[in-house]
Amino acid sequence: MTLDNNKRNPSNITSSEIAPKELFENRRLILKATSLIAASGLIPFPVLGNATTTPLPSGSKIIGIKKTAYGAEEKLTKYEEVTTYNNYYEFGTSKSDPAEHSKQFKPRPWTISIEGAVKKPKTIDIETLMKLAPLEERIYRMRCVEAWSMVIPWVGLPLASLIRWAEPTGNAKYIEFISANDPLTMPGARVPILDWPYVEGLRMDEANHPLTLLAVGLYGEVLPNQNGAPVRLVVPWKYGFKGAKAITKIRFVEKMPLTTWAKSGPNEYGFFANVNPNVDHPRWTQSSERRIGSGLFAGRIKTQMFNGYAEVGQLYAGMDLKQYF
Amino acid sequence: MKTMKTQPVKLLKCIIWLAACIPLGRLVWLGLHDDLSANPIEFIERSTGTWALVFLLICLSITPIRLMTNHAWLIQVRRLLGLWMFAYASLHVITYVWLDFSFVLSDMVKDVAKHPRIFVGFVAYMLTIPLAVTSNSYAIKRLKSNWKKLHQLVYVVAILAVIHFLWLVKKDITEPLYYAVLLVILFSIRIYFNYKKNLKFA
Repeated sequence: MTLDNNKRNPSNITSSEIAPKELFENRRLILKATSLIAASGLIPFPVLGNATTTPLPSGSKIIGIKKTAYGAEEKLTKYEEVTTYNNYYEFGTSKSDPAEHSKQFKPRPWTISIEGAVKKPKTIDIETLMKLAPLEERIYRMRCVEAWSMVIPWVGLPLASLIRWAEPTGNAKYIEFISANDPLTMPGARVPILDWPYVEGLRMDEANHPLTLLAVGLYGEVLPNQNGAPVRLVVPWKYGFKGAKAITKIRFVEKMPLTTWAKSGPNEYGFFANVNPNVDHPRWTQSSERRIGSGLFAGRIKTQMFNGYAEVGQLYAGMDLKQYF
Repeated sequence: MKTMKTQPVKLLKCIIWLAACIPLGRLVWLGLHDDLSANPIEFIERSTGTWALVFLLICLSITPIRLMTNHAWLIQVRRLLGLWMFAYASLHVITYVWLDFSFVLSDMVKDVAKHPRIFVGFVAYMLTIPLAVTSNSYAIKRLKSNWKKLHQLVYVVAILAVIHFLWLVKKDITEPLYYAVLLVILFSIRIYFNYKKNLKFA
């Protein structure tokens, strides 16, 4: 029983776990497509079996993804590494905890409530969100504040398209992202290591920047729980902790939000948290980083300003980035 | 009587050798099977650092155990434990210098100078070198009473090592705290027995 949590008896599935209609239809499309491919003999039979029996969509293929040129020159970090080496303290503080302890977490059905300085507060469910704009694949570098990095092929849509849908008022200067906090399914959230729920934030212009992504998948598949399912923020020029996971609330505010890590260690983690090799961290060297998967003897690589996304520099023109780290 | 005492020493030394080889063997095994996690260098650093600390604490518990029980012969395995601590600490430092920093001296100097966590670790390792070098019988004879004074540095090493671990973790200090608590207990036992001894002589 405990050995294999993924294989579940259909009679044990509660009604709340049954996929919504849209999803079901999506799956039928996948099924149609895969059966065609299977019939043509291109892919071995088990792929078809997998698509029909998986009770939850985690790991299932997302169809109709628009490829983009972002990061085309980068060597991808292996899927296995991207999904087993995670910082997601709601599931535990060790890097392997999120993959091991997130199996009970239910990313669907899911709604996000939009609050604060908007024309009218509203909610949006994950399936509608995924249709706000065409889903794109974007290969981004991710630099963790702990001086390691990965290259991840995200699937998502620009945050700007959700902001447009949310209709913020003129008072909206910042956006606050509030993550899920469910001690029942998130064992790490039972421990007061951080002030739960996890809160992150962006300035309006950062949030509207075309690079800023709401990710709903990676490697062409629905986002695994340990990577922030069903929807997470990806801001590639900032340290990884800015990427709020399992977002439940988005609040448009006038004042700079007090974010979780900035609150827990104000001298270590700033609100902006832009990747910056010239501003050191009290614990980790920020001038170089280790690329995950590069092997034992590859050595470190130089960390680039804004993680190599120089186009965001204009957002901070005239700001002292040593003070606003 | 004497033969009865040498047998357990030999046996215990054998056990220590075997036990000490397991973590190292595990690293080699995992390395050969490409199973050192997504961040193998961090994994090796973490593992060797932990085992250095474990051997240090076992080493420091010999005297308290001796004080509380009558097993004075235990003192004969202390050098072996200390040397294994030094071996794992050295592997830890070699991993840092070679795998982590690829021998780039300027980057390492910056890292040590700028980060208190690395700095205390560096000092702790530097202090273990004279202890390892003077661990042989020749040095004990030559240094006479100074030997004991020199080897009291191990207390400083232990405190620095625990701080080094405490400052590594971002938020969840549970694991380093176990070591800190154990160290405090070991120190308290020594202080208590010292105090009792002083009372007797007063």
